[in-house]
Amino acid sequence: MGTAGGRRHRFVGEEGEVYLAKIIVLTSGKGGVGKTTSAAAIAAGLALRGKRTVVIDFDVGLRNLDLIMGCERRVVFDFINVINGDAKLNQALIKDKRNDNLYVFPTSQTRDKDALKRDGVERVLDELKDNFDYIVCDSPAGIEHGAITALYFADSAIIVTNPEVSSVRDSDRIIGILASKSRRAEHNLDPVEVHLLLTRYSTERVKRGEMLSVEDVKEILSIPLLGVIPESESVLRASNTGTPVVFEPESPAGRAYVDAVARFVGEQREMRFVQPERRSIFRTFFGRA
Amino acid sequence: MRLLDLLFPERRNSAGIAKDRLKIVLAHERASRDAPDFLPALQKELVEVVARYVEIRGDMLRVNVGRSGDTSLLEINVEIDRALLRPVENGPVFSPPPAAVMRRFEPDTPWVKPG
Repeated sequence: MGTAGGRRHRFVGEEGEVYLAKIIVLTSGKGGVGKTTSAAAIAAGLALRGKRTVVIDFDVGLRNLDLIMGCERRVVFDFINVINGDAKLNQALIKDKRNDNLYVFPTSQTRDKDALKRDGVERVLDELKDNFDYIVCDSPAGIEHGAITALYFADSAIIVTNPEVSSVRDSDRIIGILASKSRRAEHNLDPVEVHLLLTRYSTERVKRGEMLSVEDVKEILSIPLLGVIPESESVLRASNTGTPVVFEPESPAGRAYVDAVARFVGEQREMRFVQPERRSIFRTFFGRA
Repeated sequence: MRLLDLLFPERRNSAGIAKDRLKIVLAHERASRDAPDFLPALQKELVEVVARYVEIRGDMLRVNVGRSGDTSLLEINVEIDRALLRPVENGPVFSPPPAAVMRRFEPDTPWVKPG
């Protein structure tokens, strides 16, 4: 908790280390597609790779990241307290018990959603930038104030999409908003890097022609694919216990998130879980309904 | 269920329908998203100006912004009904172009953008 030469509020990492965090937003427009699950998994995945990572809940009033991360009983101060100057950043940040590189920044449960003032958010993000490699922002659903604030400062956006018409349409809308209303757009900087994360994917249903395929969604949205997360029972199990799904090595979804994180930091990984598993003759003919 | 599906495959490909519907709706939404905010006001004022010379209803004039390569195109389509030409006093007289140039405006034919 020292203050390294000239730095403000050095409270994470070694003294003298220099960080300039990249800001990533997980956004979708539509609700219920897996933004919070994905934010928790991506943040934990980055931390597993040794990156100092903080994941911030922007969903004021409907806080849930704390539950998914399993730290709900450790929340004392929140994002709004810090913005309003009622608490210091290091009082509000919750260090993950499973990984030293991972911090959770919970949001407020009670205050009104307009409490996230853009200049306040910017001040907090600037302070976090000095202390982390990655700042992962979990956006609320919709295209209202909270969602716009969450994506405004992003350097990179992960568009969480289900292979389903309303989700794809809303993703397209959000991609348009990133291109026109983000800080990078408003200041004529390089555009926000957008990545497609296709979640709740069922290869079986795609094969039966009942679900849009990865190729379909890629073609429609025309943004690069970061990963495909299979529909998996382990996601609910992980959320039941407050464990980011990447901490479950047996989980197909967890492995798919680990791959997505590897691609995010520039590694080449083959796309898994996009081909149906081999099935027995018996199941091919009399397969589950 | 799978044996039934094999017998009636045409019931199954709802994903293809989803893809086609999405392509159509998104093409439309992307075009209107990029449209500048002034178009409705421009359309209204243009109708007012044209109406000084020709009888025209609001829906007979359409304004669109299209794109051809790197160039943005402002298209203004005015449908004029010969029967409704208004005699103008103390103003420029509207003289209809030769019949060969005057063509019926078909509302359903897409406007062909100049290449």
